Amino acid sequence: MSIIAQHGDIFIILACLFGFFMAWGVGANDVANAMGTSVGSRAITIKQAIIIAVIFEFLGAWLAGGEVTDTVRKGIIDPQLLQGEPQLLVYGMLSALLAAATWLLVASTKGWPVSTTHSIVGAIVGFAVAGLGAGSVDWGSVGKIAASWVVSPLLAGTIAFTLFKSVQHLIFEARDPFAAAKRYVPMYVFLVGFAVVMVTLTKGLKHIGLHLSFGTSLLLAILAGLVIAAIGVAMERRVKATNRQADQFGFSGVERVFGVLMIFTACAMAFAHGSNDVANAVGPLAAVINVVQAGGEIEGASMVPWWVLVLGGGGIVVGLITYGHKVIATVGTGITELTPSRGFAATLAAATTVVLASGTGLPISTTHTLVGAVLGVGLARGMAALNLRVIGTIAMSWLITLPAGAGLSILFFFMFKGMFG
Amino acid sequence: MVTSNPFSAMFGRSPFHPLLAHIVKANACADELLPFFEASLEGDWETAEQHRETITRLEHEADELKTELRLNLPNTMFLPVSRSDLLDLISVQDKIANKVRDITGIMLGRRMQVPQELAQPMRDYIHTAVSCVAQARHALEELKDLLESGFGRNVSDVMQKLIRELHVLEQQADSQQVAIRRQLFELEERLPPVDVMFLYKIIDGVGELSDRAERVGSRLQIMTAN
Repeated sequence: MSIIAQHGDIFIILACLFGFFMAWGVGANDVANAMGTSVGSRAITIKQAIIIAVIFEFLGAWLAGGEVTDTVRKGIIDPQLLQGEPQLLVYGMLSALLAAATWLLVASTKGWPVSTTHSIVGAIVGFAVAGLGAGSVDWGSVGKIAASWVVSPLLAGTIAFTLFKSVQHLIFEARDPFAAAKRYVPMYVFLVGFAVVMVTLTKGLKHIGLHLSFGTSLLLAILAGLVIAAIGVAMERRVKATNRQADQFGFSGVERVFGVLMIFTACAMAFAHGSNDVANAVGPLAAVINVVQAGGEIEGASMVPWWVLVLGGGGIVVGLITYGHKVIATVGTGITELTPSRGFAATLAAATTVVLASGTGLPISTTHTLVGAVLGVGLARGMAALNLRVIGTIAMSWLITLPAGAGLSILFFFMFKGMFG
Repeated sequence: MVTSNPFSAMFGRSPFHPLLAHIVKANACADELLPFFEASLEGDWETAEQHRETITRLEHEADELKTELRLNLPNTMFLPVSRSDLLDLISVQDKIANKVRDITGIMLGRRMQVPQELAQPMRDYIHTAVSCVAQARHALEELKDLLESGFGRNVSDVMQKLIRELHVLEQQADSQQVAIRRQLFELEERLPPVDVMFLYKIIDGVGELSDRAERVGSRLQIMTAN
């Protein structure tokens, strides 16, 4: 108890610093994968991607980030076991943050594909097992999180497959693909708006004091979807069918219509990413703040303070602005195999999956979800080529990330323990 | 700082770019046939030699593209068309350039001059064969566009139309070949026998060129019929 009282302010300051560092890492790294598809399909420029990402990452973090934060904060460790020694929880969360952020930094310098989600979960599990014994970990939740890493790519892949098949069926097989595109794309825009708004409303607005019934949410989401679809129609009007001489199908015009759609999916993706990944940074931070403010009492459930989410969102934005644009440039210019129609199917599927997961409070890996979605489009015979070996590497990467995050976190944990006693 | 992002590495390079580059080379190679033939009619062997050098160079470049594609199409590539179909297609395409090289090689080596009576029909015949190659290239270009968006029903329609045109061209080449053979048969008496033998060889060679171009079309048809 005395330790918390003695060093309370230092802990909070440290937690904010590390949390910001972690959020910076998320913004610098993960966002690139979330936005890369949109930039890669040439639907938006890098500058536009940055602007979209800044706005929607922040919104996603602030409006829909609460649920996952709760999971990261107390789903993995059973807080009741720490009742006697709350400072251990503080050390652990601090070291988890520092470990994950350090690991992210190392990995991004080396260019390894790592998932921010995996690093933070690995770090928390690591310190818990080492510092408190295996009994302190809620293996059920960890298992659920681990399972979601398999389920989320599968789900995203299935959605992407279905979406792309529907695009093929409705638009590419039509007699006049361009007219069909103009007709059906607003429907997809509606889908984007509806999905994002729906999940946000049903799950995310509790902590800013809005409690809506399911019916109201549904109605609002439909309305929002319609409004967004109307904006889409207005933007579409500006796309003219200019058939190239060589192009017998008018596909280039169709792809440009999809480019409009891509802008919306990019927004959805940024929102989804913000809602899920901000928790990696602010979950542990919120835990520390709670313990300190409660004077060492570890409470079972309490709301994440809103300013903590804002801090996390701010960190992501700073990371994005300072360093993320380089990464987006790397990813975005590397992908030439993505046309807007494919990119749309992949991104929307990934975004939907991530938003759904945020709604249920599961921390999932955005990168994995996107990989799954891209695979889904590939299976629908839409991709020109996919490199399965690389996909294998990405899938393997988290196996390495977990022990790495855990190891670092154990190291820092004992360091803090030594420093503060 | 970031060296290679896993995400962009995920997208393998589309195999259709090298395929297309390859058939463009083969087509350029075939296009040299006509000027070469004209030079040989004139007896201008220096110009013919130059065309022949261009043909050899293009054929060589096509070979390199073929090798590169074969090496860069590992089993880990997930493609919208079957891998074996692609590898077959590149072989078939490569034979086009090889045939052009063979025809010109024989003509240049033996300083062959087609008899005056045969000059015009032969010119038309070669022209048809070269058009076949151009049509095959056109079909592949279209296919690449289709694959970039996923197949559709009307896509197969367009493909079928292109391949039908190719088939018509090839049949035209066949009937021209029959006519030329008949003409040559009339002239045989007053020509050196060995020359006649090789003339038949050249006529066959040009026929095979249009055959091979058509075979590219058939391969494309097999690919799109899924």
